[in-house]
Amino acid sequence: MNSKMAFYIVKRVLLALFTVFLVITITFFVMHSVPGGPFTSEKAISAEAQKALEAKYGLDKPLFEQYVSYLKDIVTELDFGPSIKTRGRDVADIIADGLQTSAKLGVAAAAIALVFGIILGAVAALRRNKPIDRIIMVFTTAFVSMPSFIMGSLLLILFAIVLNILPANGSTAEGLILPIITLSLSPLSNITRLTRSSMLDVLGQDYIVTAKAKGVPHIKVLFGHALKNALIPVITYFGPMLAYIVTGSLVVEQIFAVPGIGREFVSSITNRDYPLIMGTTIVLAVLIVVMNLISDILYKVVDPRIKFE
Amino acid sequence: MRKFPINMHLNVDSFLPASDAEKEYMVQMRPSTTFFRDGVKRLLKNKIATISFIMIIIITLACILIPLFWPYKYDKQLGISLGKPVDPTYANLRPFEYGETEQAKIAAGETVFPHIFGTDSAGRDYFIRVVYGTRISLLVGFFASLIVLVIGMTVGSIAGYCGGKVDIVIMRIVDIIYSLPDMLMVILLSAALNNSGLDKLIQGTVLEKIGLNILSLFIVFGLLYWVSMSRLIRGQILSLREQEYVLAARACGAKPGRIIKKHLMPNCIGVVIISTALQIPSAIFTESYLSFLGLGVNAPMPSLGSLASDALNGIHSYSYRLIIPAVVISLIVLSLNLFGDGLRDAFDPKLNK
Repeated sequence: MNSKMAFYIVKRVLLALFTVFLVITITFFVMHSVPGGPFTSEKAISAEAQKALEAKYGLDKPLFEQYVSYLKDIVTELDFGPSIKTRGRDVADIIADGLQTSAKLGVAAAAIALVFGIILGAVAALRRNKPIDRIIMVFTTAFVSMPSFIMGSLLLILFAIVLNILPANGSTAEGLILPIITLSLSPLSNITRLTRSSMLDVLGQDYIVTAKAKGVPHIKVLFGHALKNALIPVITYFGPMLAYIVTGSLVVEQIFAVPGIGREFVSSITNRDYPLIMGTTIVLAVLIVVMNLISDILYKVVDPRIKFE
Repeated sequence: MRKFPINMHLNVDSFLPASDAEKEYMVQMRPSTTFFRDGVKRLLKNKIATISFIMIIIITLACILIPLFWPYKYDKQLGISLGKPVDPTYANLRPFEYGETEQAKIAAGETVFPHIFGTDSAGRDYFIRVVYGTRISLLVGFFASLIVLVIGMTVGSIAGYCGGKVDIVIMRIVDIIYSLPDMLMVILLSAALNNSGLDKLIQGTVLEKIGLNILSLFIVFGLLYWVSMSRLIRGQILSLREQEYVLAARACGAKPGRIIKKHLMPNCIGVVIISTALQIPSAIFTESYLSFLGLGVNAPMPSLGSLASDALNGIHSYSYRLIIPAVVISLIVLSLNLFGDGLRDAFDPKLNK
């Protein structure tokens, strides 16, 4: 079993590495296939100035050479090149700055989603078909299918404009409350539903009956036997949750004017700041791929019943 | 006629016409039902799914029919008319308010069709823009799912059928595409396609009318989103191929064509329809998300996402302009999802837990 597990982990890590490589390659060639380049939109630029700019950013070299040096810079020194629109700043700096704020947002949202999702899911399962279960299910059904930008806009209108109790601008610590709630509601609903169904599944298992028959205290059966096993499927949701939070943060940071990586990404698209688009895409993609990797491996390690392919 | 135990003669009584009492026995108490009718019955019993379905029908009919008789156009700026100075009173009207020339008309005793949701910052009737936005969103969702279905079904059935090396190669490609972070790739591809030279290529064709942004959305869907559909169909075909009834049909000498048509397709089609139905809301979601980021439909064409995104600028004074498309999009996505779930429960009892 152990060698099988090691083989599985090695295989998964290799696949993840390949995916990251593929993302970098796709990003590079897609962005470089756009005709015109980033300087064509700017007015009044002479042919010489254009040449000088291209030489400065290395755009005059053959495409493949550019690709190899881009790849080398990323791997060896995490260098994504200079930003074209924000003069004098490196893409890596901009991303690092943005990530600090976005990481707070994302981690807080994920933590809230996990804690409350598990609690609500367990409560719903234990009070199955009772009013509280119904209420939880109705709300989670509505929240699961609500796009993040709509959730964000509605929360903004409700709490910042109608009730006026929370700031609409996300640049302060207090202002992060609304974006965090926005980002956490959909994963929270997903985790609630996941926990509920797997808890219901577990509660019907023989070992729960055995534990109860042995006279194990009720609380211990719930937490030690039922919830512990019911949480295993929740691990598989870690990857999708991060993907949701990352893509959700793109619009949520836009709505609440949070100075994070998502807003940089969106503005880099409208500004056609190609190095920044590429850098942000790659960093966010690596985050998602790594999280998927971790949750996949964790899932198999935690539950010995799951077979390795 | 006497009955002998070992009489080779046939009993003539058995060939007498049946009496009425005997015929009664053969009368069908209720007509035999087909798989489809059975599913519909189960679906109608499911109240939530039925309500969702009615909701979808109402929304679809509304966005087809309303533009036919509505007196305003989605791209007509009401303050601007030929040969007259621009009338700024038409911009940013609140619901049921009127512009200056309209007020003059009302004062003169004429009736003016009300602006139910007011007008937007460019003086366009907001109600008809919402209707058009809904239409665009629904169309995009429908066609994107169709593209996903066609590509996914073709690739999936090829992989499932051929098996062996073809299967392995196709499935490795699917695995790799599957592991890519889809939304980021969608954004990247749309950003690249929107700035590419494609718009010159499609000038003058039907495609120009659709708009480059929507077209690039379709391309992106065709490139990335077919993988889960093809996985599903491959799995279906692989498991169906091993079923006893297929073996029985083959043993009876049925040709491959007949097995596909009579055994594989009908058993596969339910799952296919259900996952296509569930694909529509996710396509609508993606479209509105991209429109919100400014990568969706081309202005002045509205979509629900771009309407919401435009409304964000005036959110403090005109928050209803954001709430309306938000509510419509939530309604569409929610009812499509619930209807899809209902379809799955009704037509795929095996999946039903």
